[in-house]
Amino acid sequence: MADLVFAKAFRRHVDCPDASAPGDDLRSVLDHYFADHPGVRGYVLDDAGAVRKHIAVFVDGDLITDRLDLTDPVEEHSTIHVFQALSGG
Amino acid sequence: MSQQELAWTTQLAWIVEPGHPDEPGVLWCGTIPGGLFRSDDRGDSWQLVESLWSHPSRQKWFGGGYDDAGIHSVAVDPRGPGRIVVGVSCGGAWRTDDGGATWEVAARGMRADFLPPDQAGDTDTQDPHRIVRCADAPDVLWTQHHCGIFKSTDNGDQWTEITEAGPSTFGFAVAVHPHDPDTAWFVPDVSDEVRMPVDGKLVVTRTRDGGRTFDVLDHGLPTGPAYDLIYRHAFDIDDTGDQLLMGSTTGSLWWSGDGGDQWHEVSSNLPPIASVRFC
Repeated sequence: MADLVFAKAFRRHVDCPDASAPGDDLRSVLDHYFADHPGVRGYVLDDAGAVRKHIAVFVDGDLITDRLDLTDPVEEHSTIHVFQALSGG
Repeated sequence: MSQQELAWTTQLAWIVEPGHPDEPGVLWCGTIPGGLFRSDDRGDSWQLVESLWSHPSRQKWFGGGYDDAGIHSVAVDPRGPGRIVVGVSCGGAWRTDDGGATWEVAARGMRADFLPPDQAGDTDTQDPHRIVRCADAPDVLWTQHHCGIFKSTDNGDQWTEITEAGPSTFGFAVAVHPHDPDTAWFVPDVSDEVRMPVDGKLVVTRTRDGGRTFDVLDHGLPTGPAYDLIYRHAFDIDDTGDQLLMGSTTGSLWWSGDGGDQWHEVSSNLPPIASVRFC
């Protein structure tokens, strides 16, 4: 089970509690999480299932490399951070 | 952390600064996606500073507010030509003392809460929104960072966080007095997620003791609800240290002739203001 941690910026808009979810790549972990929290999906992924612009996803501290298909591997005890970068300034 | 391949395309010329007075004709230009350019002929032609573009750290830079990283600050050191500190969102701060041939980390002590906690101190991915230098005490730099206010007294070797600064330590703009390194101004907003003045009350904060205490300045600024946001290049100080200019995203422009004690509205009907500058 990997641990999912969401930045506080998300919490203003959607209930996205930190949680654990199974899976051996990012897609499968997120799919499991979204099954329990369907409202979060649209904040993280776009309509094609890719990571939205200005969303940053880290697996064990590394920024993911596959934002389109989410194939970055996830280990049993990985931590996934989901951050949101706001625009402008 | 790694970044996907960048197109070699200038998306935005974000800042242009003249070089040292002893090198007339030199201009520096910071861009998105993170290229630093130098001109030796007042802008007729430009050369990419390859040493920074090819620096290994750049693979970790990423966009802060934009899709890609950007160089927004070029703090020229008056002690000699070719000595600058550049600020990068999000790529930290970098110093060269040899005209850009080599680069040293200048972001130690900065703190990022937009990264996984164990990377909060990573110097390659900090988000200083704006870095300014005191002309008469050039080892002193101030930055309004995405995660707070920081000051360096050793030309960027080390930064110290200022944790209390009036209504908030979040914002974009900073100005430092050209003759007094302990005097600096900021324009606070609520937070990253709420980009408006605290309680809808536009104020400027000023320290005159190096960041230990701050005055909250509002004389002449809107008395009613105001949601003006001051971007990083829309705040400037003149060579005397008396005059300040401040422009907002909602098209208001204010001037102060006494270091911010009293502000005067120049216009409230301008387009969104990205930059102001005394010339």
